[in-house]
Amino acid sequence: MSNAFTAYLIFLGPPAVALVFVLMSIAERRRAGALAQPNFFARNGWPVAIFLIVAVAFWALVMIVLPSLYMIDYSFHPKLPPSQRGGPKDIYTLANYRYFLFGSPDDTSQWNSTHLHAFWITIFVSMIITVVNFAVCYPLAYVMAQVARPAAVTRLMLLLVIPYWINEILRAFAFRVLFGTGGVINAMLIGAGLIHDPIDFLGADVALYAGLTYAYVLIMMFPLYNAIESLDRNQIEAARDLGAPWWRIHAEIVLPHAKPGVASGATLVFMLCAGALAAPLILGGPKTLWFTPIVYDRFFQAFNWPQGAAYALVLLIACMAFVLLVMRLFKVSLSEIAR
Amino acid sequence: MISRLALGLYLLAFFGFLFGPLLVMGVTAFNTPSYPQVWPFEGFTLDWFAKLYSDQSLMAGLQNSLLIGVLVVALSVPLGLAGALVMTQIYPRARGLYYLVVVSPVLTPGVIIGISTVIFWKDVTAFTGTKPLFTGFFLTTLGQSTFIASYCMLIFLSRLQRYDRTQEEAALDLGASRTQVFWHILLPYLRPAMFSAAVIAFLSSFENYNTTTFAILADKTLTTVLAGRVRQGMTPAISALAVIIIGVTVAAALAYEIARRPERRKAAA
Repeated sequence: MSNAFTAYLIFLGPPAVALVFVLMSIAERRRAGALAQPNFFARNGWPVAIFLIVAVAFWALVMIVLPSLYMIDYSFHPKLPPSQRGGPKDIYTLANYRYFLFGSPDDTSQWNSTHLHAFWITIFVSMIITVVNFAVCYPLAYVMAQVARPAAVTRLMLLLVIPYWINEILRAFAFRVLFGTGGVINAMLIGAGLIHDPIDFLGADVALYAGLTYAYVLIMMFPLYNAIESLDRNQIEAARDLGAPWWRIHAEIVLPHAKPGVASGATLVFMLCAGALAAPLILGGPKTLWFTPIVYDRFFQAFNWPQGAAYALVLLIACMAFVLLVMRLFKVSLSEIAR
Repeated sequence: MISRLALGLYLLAFFGFLFGPLLVMGVTAFNTPSYPQVWPFEGFTLDWFAKLYSDQSLMAGLQNSLLIGVLVVALSVPLGLAGALVMTQIYPRARGLYYLVVVSPVLTPGVIIGISTVIFWKDVTAFTGTKPLFTGFFLTTLGQSTFIASYCMLIFLSRLQRYDRTQEEAALDLGASRTQVFWHILLPYLRPAMFSAAVIAFLSSFENYNTTTFAILADKTLTTVLAGRVRQGMTPAISALAVIIIGVTVAAALAYEIARRPERRKAAA
């Protein structure tokens, strides 16, 4: 909280926005006169109204908005010992972002190729994994939603729910058991006489990419299933009766209908992949490039929190860009993505 | 006929992919060698399970995880409920912005929620002289509740869509107060959603790693202890723990599904 003005802006801005909306709604009710709906307090009763206001103000402002704004502000400050914070050295600076781009707080002659490369790989691979997950899930989601009998769907659903709740670390561990140099796959290949020396799956990132695909496959499944399930089966029958081949039924009837589900699944899978921490830490080799562990190291190895905040923001901006891209591409609204 | 066969193969491949790694890991928990291996199966043992029980920090982590889980439920279910009720009543022009704010934690990577929570509360507790509050336990509860409350809100919203307001009007006409309507009409109607929200909140909290690893500071939860162990080296004791967690998860998932079945049947009818 070096600069008093930004501190006021961060802490008083959001409540001010909320206040403006309250005043606007009061003004509008005045104008409506006798036709107006009862106001918030009359509608809920005093005790409940106070609970709602306190709870939502605490959650939306103190838990969500203020920490985010504070983190943004923090990322534009230099790393300083507590005694110097707020002092003359505590100025606004782009040094943390410059470090991300050029590998040095002030020298801009060279690109920070390690971090930029890791960032690019993370985004690119997350997109590929999103597409792969969609391809893997779509047939099963379609079968469950449109073809299978209700009893079979209940059983399949139960089978899907169980692995969904197993935590990320154990999933990554399972893949390490499979792919390690002394792991199951290498033991099998050597046992079958196909290879002599174990293959370094971890170093080659095979384990990481497989593990990430595995970890989020069900995140794609459920929204996709829900979306296809709401399609009226008669539409498919009609298309079939009119002689449409199976691929045109999918391309022109099922997929357009399932668009919100695809958008929702894709956004969540991408976000979880790009923000995955456990899988790269456990399944990555020494040369593995993934962005989240780099953010983690800013905090726990470099002990440079402002720089870590800047890196986290870069990741957040990438995720926001992806959400906007999906909304634009699929022409869906935010409320259809987050369900 | 061919399409049936293809479907069968696909289902086999899909569920093989889903359960194969877990089964393999499960087998290593019962094999004697000290590196997790399936083949050759050198001998059946339960020693790896006994090892877990004597692991102090794992047990301390488990205790914290359970406690944090309960606190997260206690915090995020009421927050989610309030969030959903405000959504149905908010001034229309503010709705878009409000929705964006309260849904954004769902679309934000967990590490970022953890980081912003720590940075924010570190300074706030320092400036307000409440430094003792700056503990991993407190921050993890807050950080996790930030996005888990959004999950709860979405659950409440989907049930509120089918809420029949005429019930409220009938109660009011019969002389009930607004507060009585809330306690005797609205809350009972939302009870199944509350149950779902509580279960999902607890499970999400218990298995969370990304937010926790930043917010936990010097404390520990089961997942952070586990992550440390896995990074240190491979031992079948972790497989044994996985077997226990999977067992408990399966039991919980089954119980939850069975408990929800009568409600679903009602909804279908």
